Amino acid sequence: MIDVDRIRKDFPVYSKQPRLTYLDSAASSLKVKSAIDQVDHYYHTLGVNVHRGAYELAYETTLLYEAARKTVADFIHAQEEEIIFTRGTTSSLNMIAGSYRDILKPGDEIITSELEHHSSLLPWMITAKKTGAKLVYIPLTEEGRITVEGFKSVLTDQTKVVAITHASNALGFVTPIEEIAKLAHQKDAIVILDAAQSAPHKALDVKKLDVDFMAFSGHKMFGPSGVGVLFGKKTLLNSIEPFEYGGEMVDEVYKDHATWKDAPLRFEAGTPVISGAIGLAAAIRYIESIGIHNIHEHTEALHQYTLEKLKKIKGITIYNQSAENPVITFNVEGIHPHDIATMLDQDHVDVRAGHHCAQLVNKFLGVNSTLRASFHIYNSYADCDAFLESIVAAKNFFEGF
Amino acid sequence: MNIEHLYRQVIMEHYKNPKNKGFVADNSYLTIHLNNPSCGDELTVQLKVENHKIIDVKHQGTGCSICCSSASVMSVTLMGKTMDEAMKIIHEFYELIKGDPYDKEILQGDAVVYQGVSQFPARIKCATLAWKAAEQGINKIKEDESNGR
Repeated sequence: MIDVDRIRKDFPVYSKQPRLTYLDSAASSLKVKSAIDQVDHYYHTLGVNVHRGAYELAYETTLLYEAARKTVADFIHAQEEEIIFTRGTTSSLNMIAGSYRDILKPGDEIITSELEHHSSLLPWMITAKKTGAKLVYIPLTEEGRITVEGFKSVLTDQTKVVAITHASNALGFVTPIEEIAKLAHQKDAIVILDAAQSAPHKALDVKKLDVDFMAFSGHKMFGPSGVGVLFGKKTLLNSIEPFEYGGEMVDEVYKDHATWKDAPLRFEAGTPVISGAIGLAAAIRYIESIGIHNIHEHTEALHQYTLEKLKKIKGITIYNQSAENPVITFNVEGIHPHDIATMLDQDHVDVRAGHHCAQLVNKFLGVNSTLRASFHIYNSYADCDAFLESIVAAKNFFEGF
Repeated sequence: MNIEHLYRQVIMEHYKNPKNKGFVADNSYLTIHLNNPSCGDELTVQLKVENHKIIDVKHQGTGCSICCSSASVMSVTLMGKTMDEAMKIIHEFYELIKGDPYDKEILQGDAVVYQGVSQFPARIKCATLAWKAAEQGINKIKEDESNGR
């Protein structure tokens, strides 16, 4: 059992905002003290660059930075050389899609889905346009799920890339990625997984999932913003062109050509997000100290509790009742999501209103905008009740006009 | 912050029973389409101008109560005004929305009830979307006129 009172002591924002009912963790989680402290430690006591200096401070900083890489690698069962620190999921996914602009040819097919966050969709849409490759959408189930059957129906000998979400940010549905990756590999296609929403909630094992690339962000898993991860299989990483050129990624430089280091440094041109990387490692250690399965159990209990009560309120449409991730996406009949969100804000209940950076999901649902409540480790049953009461109060308020 | 300052009776009345709502397929109208991409609101505003005077305003779109009602109020406020008058009114509306002092001689009528929005910074974009569309439209008409089109 998770002791929420004890957990909240690890999240300093609660001491400043004691009335906060934060239900927007799918957008960004709150930040854990140990991660904040690591960022602080870097700026207060180190502050120098990695890999370059011959002095002790640089050596110590490099040790910390590379230890962070090891922490991330262990977290997803990868090797250290397969972990690249980036600015975030968006950056990671753009880097890969950018690299494949040199590889894909007209007639090649890129499989994606309408469930994608814009960061998993748009880079490939542009890559398709620039290379003449075709963007193909997996037909979703009526509910909006990616299924193996749906995937099979679009997989062809022309499929070169499969770029999909692990867990939908808008609907919380989890993709059966293991089977999909297996089928994709039978066609020699590469699989890129957007794990931004799954990394904070599910145990990730890249060996088991057998994806070729995977991306996630620090800020959704209690860590700092501005840092993320790109995992890539070692052999693949060393066979593609770097995304950026500059310091530390280069091996030898001549007047007319240069050679590149192997991954991961090959893809970390310039001074990396040092504080972010070590902050993210601290956040991962925190998740591990609690146990991702315990986190899942707790958030799932809150999710189901809220779902059951929300269903009983008249005039509520819930779009994702069977979601595996702790996300409830819904609308209140006759009242715009933005108006509801403002009312909830009056009660310090923070939810998301809008299209959640996934406009194709809204088009699929046939709505302009939805509300989304998402849960994490620091949420309590009192939060769920505050949310539900606030929804009823907002309904009553607007129905009064 | 007081929620009653945001959701005034007048605003909800315009939301439920908007004035000048609709879209006309008529080339003599200038059509402007704007999105508020963060929330999915979208709005089309149409202006018909004769002799520098706005003789008709239409609006149609989807959005929250603040956004949709504000389009209705904008249409009522700018109807019959010259383009220069309208630009001045729009400017004063922006001042009002920011919570800054505004010219009560220039901005009058139902539009002033949006003063409460200044306490809700997240909703300023909603309240101004229709006015921004009108402003763009007037600028476009003036630009076309000065280019002799």
